[in-house]
Amino acid sequence: MSGGTRLENANPVIFQRSGERLLTAADEDEDVQDPIDDREIFDILSINDPEHPLSLEELNVVEQIRVKVNDAESSVGIEFTPTIPHCSMATLIGLSIKVKLLRSLPDRFKIDVHITPGTHASEEAVNKQLADKERVAAALENSSLLEVVNQCLTSRSI
Amino acid sequence: MMADESALLLSLVEEFVSGLQDSKAKDTATAVKDGQFTVLQLVEALGLSLTSSQPHTRARGVQLLSEVLHECYGDLTEREVEVLISFYENRLKDHYVITPPVLQGLRALTKCNALPPGSAVSMLRSLFQDVHVQSLMLTERGCVYNMLINLMDTREAELKGLGADFVFGFVQSMDGERDPRNLLLAFQIAKNIIHRGYDLGKFTEELFEVTSCYFPIDFTPPPNDPHGITRDQLILMLRAVLTGTPKFAEFLLPLIIEKLDSDVQSAKQDSLQTLAACVSQYEHKDLAEFLEGLWTSLRREVFQTSSEKIESAGLAALTALTSCLSRSVLNSDSDDSLNTFLDLVLKDCKHHLCEPDLKLVWPSAKLLQAACSASNRASHIITAAVMPTLIEQYNNRAECSHRRTLLEVVQRFILSVKSSQSSESEESVLSAFRPSLCSMVFSALSESNANLQITATSALTSLSQQTGLLLDSDIELAVDHLTGLLLKEDDNSVSAAVVECAGALAQLHPTAFITKLIPELKKQMFSEPMEQDREASEQQSHHAMRQRCLSALAAVSTQPSVVQESTPVLLEVLSSAHTGSVSFSVEEVVLACCSLQRIAEQVKDTEETGRCFHDVIIPRLLSLALQAALQGDGSPGRRSPLVEEAVLSAMVRVISTSCSRLQPTMAGQTTSKAVSLFLDGDVSFLPDNSFPSNIQLLKKQQGDSWSQSQMVCLLMGCVCSLPRSVEVPQIDRLLSELEEMSYTCSHPLSYTSAAKCFAGLVNKRPQGDSLDSLIQRTMKRICSELDSTSSSVRYQAFTLMIWVAKALLLRYHPLFTALTDKLFSLLDDADLGPMAADSFSLLMSDSADILNRGCHADTRIMYRQRFFSENSAKLVQGFNAAPQEKKPNYLKALSNIVNKLPKQVQVTELPALLSLLLEALSCPDQGVQLSTLSCLEPVLIDPPPALIQQLEALVSRLLALTSSPAMDVRIVSLRCIHALSRFPVHEILPFRARVLRALARPLDDKKRMVRSEAVQARGEWFLIGSPGGR
Repeated sequence: MSGGTRLENANPVIFQRSGERLLTAADEDEDVQDPIDDREIFDILSINDPEHPLSLEELNVVEQIRVKVNDAESSVGIEFTPTIPHCSMATLIGLSIKVKLLRSLPDRFKIDVHITPGTHASEEAVNKQLADKERVAAALENSSLLEVVNQCLTSRSI
Repeated sequence: MMADESALLLSLVEEFVSGLQDSKAKDTATAVKDGQFTVLQLVEALGLSLTSSQPHTRARGVQLLSEVLHECYGDLTEREVEVLISFYENRLKDHYVITPPVLQGLRALTKCNALPPGSAVSMLRSLFQDVHVQSLMLTERGCVYNMLINLMDTREAELKGLGADFVFGFVQSMDGERDPRNLLLAFQIAKNIIHRGYDLGKFTEELFEVTSCYFPIDFTPPPNDPHGITRDQLILMLRAVLTGTPKFAEFLLPLIIEKLDSDVQSAKQDSLQTLAACVSQYEHKDLAEFLEGLWTSLRREVFQTSSEKIESAGLAALTALTSCLSRSVLNSDSDDSLNTFLDLVLKDCKHHLCEPDLKLVWPSAKLLQAACSASNRASHIITAAVMPTLIEQYNNRAECSHRRTLLEVVQRFILSVKSSQSSESEESVLSAFRPSLCSMVFSALSESNANLQITATSALTSLSQQTGLLLDSDIELAVDHLTGLLLKEDDNSVSAAVVECAGALAQLHPTAFITKLIPELKKQMFSEPMEQDREASEQQSHHAMRQRCLSALAAVSTQPSVVQESTPVLLEVLSSAHTGSVSFSVEEVVLACCSLQRIAEQVKDTEETGRCFHDVIIPRLLSLALQAALQGDGSPGRRSPLVEEAVLSAMVRVISTSCSRLQPTMAGQTTSKAVSLFLDGDVSFLPDNSFPSNIQLLKKQQGDSWSQSQMVCLLMGCVCSLPRSVEVPQIDRLLSELEEMSYTCSHPLSYTSAAKCFAGLVNKRPQGDSLDSLIQRTMKRICSELDSTSSSVRYQAFTLMIWVAKALLLRYHPLFTALTDKLFSLLDDADLGPMAADSFSLLMSDSADILNRGCHADTRIMYRQRFFSENSAKLVQGFNAAPQEKKPNYLKALSNIVNKLPKQVQVTELPALLSLLLEALSCPDQGVQLSTLSCLEPVLIDPPPALIQQLEALVSRLLALTSSPAMDVRIVSLRCIHALSRFPVHEILPFRARVLRALARPLDDKKRMVRSEAVQARGEWFLIGSPGGR
């Protein structure tokens, strides 16, 4: 998609991935109810940055401490941090995160995705777009936009 | 020559030359080989064609001659060869259409043994003079290269006589070659020129240019790859040329520096590997002027690494470079180039080791370590420069993560020094830093940060492996630290690291462990957890401490001298547990046995250790078990832990490991003692001998007592694990008593162990009539018990049958089929049906204690596949014929068999069983569901057409299973649904909406592992048929 043009941030700082979640005995116990927790949401979000062949985690776009989930109240809040303050992809990253969560969480959840305060030039505008249900739905009707989102959500192992 | 033969020859020539019938060349060659006519006669017969005014006729004539020569060059005389060569040389000047057959003819002649002296040179002179190789077609160029290769193999001296002209001729011939097939040949020639010492004269640079223009190789074979030439072949061949001689150094090194700038990863990697290869031939003077450039490139590749492959290639090149410089002999008039180079490296890397944020510490450390590992001298220089800084840094930093990084760097330095140490007499490179390194490691061991402690254990291990570095006092201090950690450290990962470190140290320094660690661990283990009212958490930590001590005792016992000290402690745990003098839980007793087994597994098989196990440990175990068994009968109150099944099974493993692995002769003696104990009640070899005289361990006991009868499992551990060369005494009597026992006992462990023991012995009996009649007798009795539904010992008979069946299956005994038939018929049995279905899993899997390779069982390879191919049809038949309520038994049996087959066999065999497997998915038994799903999963990766036809059934059954009550079933069914998403899109698209709807539910599953599978599967299904997806 950005083929031919120069990347906005060609040489990002790369952060270490935070290993696999360790299995506990409770995870394997049939009778225990595992609540949906921050780490689980964080793991769901190991998706690709449209600019880089790296995952959002490796770029520090999504950090576990910026993921807030409340299973009982069925709500999820995500703050993401664009790689650079003028990143033109911010809306797209936010949209990908939102779509990924819509596809991966039970529909009882209310999903709130916004930019980490103070990390992007047009923070408010992007937040507004992401919060507007109808605009999200309209965006996904746009097949070229959906194509880019789907590319971000295609797992790299295949 | 007879007239008719002459006519025949003329007609052959005529038909080939004018009639253009290519097959006649073969006929002519055959006739020449058979002696019907000679080559001379052929030339005479060709006369007219060769002198024809038509170039094409002349070409055809030469072609016939060349093709004949190709078949029979071996029979030519030197005189004939001489004439033919001068003819061919002359023809090279002829019309261009004649050149191809001429070259073929010359190539045939180069293979002649009778090549007259001087002819090779003259042939090449005319070739180089009259032919412009690169204007020829592909095959003719190949023909020229092959000529050169042939002549180089047989006429080396003559070609060398040509001097540099030969090289020049070759350079001209290959200049511009483009076909990979010919390039391989040309590289081969260039390699021969370099490696066999041809004179390059003033053409060194030309030869380099004409080959190096292909570097780095960029070639992708065509998709169907008809010629089988790979990129790697070309790369390796070219590398052998370019790196073959130091004379190329001045050209190659700048080229490598240039190519390292490339953006193409493969070019970088090839350049680095070529660099590592070439410097092994070079001396420092070849390198001197390029060192800076090379270093800059290498540093850049490692600092800005984009892939691990490039990084490790870069580091390997640096090591090779440094070791080349270390090899060079010093002149009084030149600088020490190693010093100069390492100064360069240190200047660029060292300061990164002290940056406050330690940002580039790893790449710098890796570069330094790569240089350090190159030679002893390099190690000295690098460590002298780096170690003080690192140690100082470590001491000044307060943050644990920084300290850990520094300690890891130090540890890698210790490792890289190790590999360069050659002779033992030399003092260790690190001696100067020994005190500060030790205090660094010891202080890290006493930190409270787990990661730091773990790093410290591996640093300690590396230090201890430096020969002659640590003093005895250091080792003692280290052992004190380790002991302290074993007794107090609760963190599991730390204590595992400590146990491992203790094991590594004890291998090299046993004395300190014998005098300090073992006595201290013993003292602490045998301390009671004290008063009853203590808190549960402290009981727990006391138990954990004992666990750590027990596994540490096993880990340190690799040297015989340590084994002599550690095993008595473990035995004492058993005996104290038995007498109750110190209370040990059953779990701790089992762990003590596990440690004994681990020692038996890892210790070197020497006479000393054999004696320890066969003369001390096994008699002691038997004696303790017997005491417990006798006591278990009498006193009602406290029961010895040694009659517990878990403890006995652990003892079985100790006995069986010792008998299978240590000292076969002693194992034989142990066996005969054990057999006479069990058959005759001979207790004379047992220590603490105060046993009654009327012991009968294999006879039915009074009442329902099982504590003595279950001891038969210990006998099994001994007699079933012997190497097949060791004879078991009184075998017939033993077999018949075991068989009897397996019917008469009602205690499951006792009759199962007797049956297993019987089966283990049958498996190793030599083939022959006595074995056949034994099996037939056994089968007859089994069948008669099984056939009478009123029999009280049907379970016992079934157990014996299944174990005997396994013993025979493993060795492909022909009588096995009778047992299989019986087993299949039992699937319909009201009582034993489910058990029979389960038993297929026992037949197909490796058993842990007997009938496995470790026990020297008679096992043929691929017995599982054989069983499957012989019986799958029977199973399908039985399934179809069985009444509805019995069908699950068949499905279970099938899934038990298929599950244990190797994956590649499953994938090929499953299509035939597909309908049965789909049926099995809707069988209510969860075990059947689970094993069927796990069979299906690998098949779905590359689905057979038969499966795609059944997609509807498959999808609905899989979706139904995602709400199974068992989480394993839910997980695997979701994985299968995930795998379905990779089927051809047009086949699965119709199911998309349905699958997405059905997968919404498991997204809210109560188990996280189920949810995570559902998330992945649903994500993939969303992408199907969507833009940007699939």
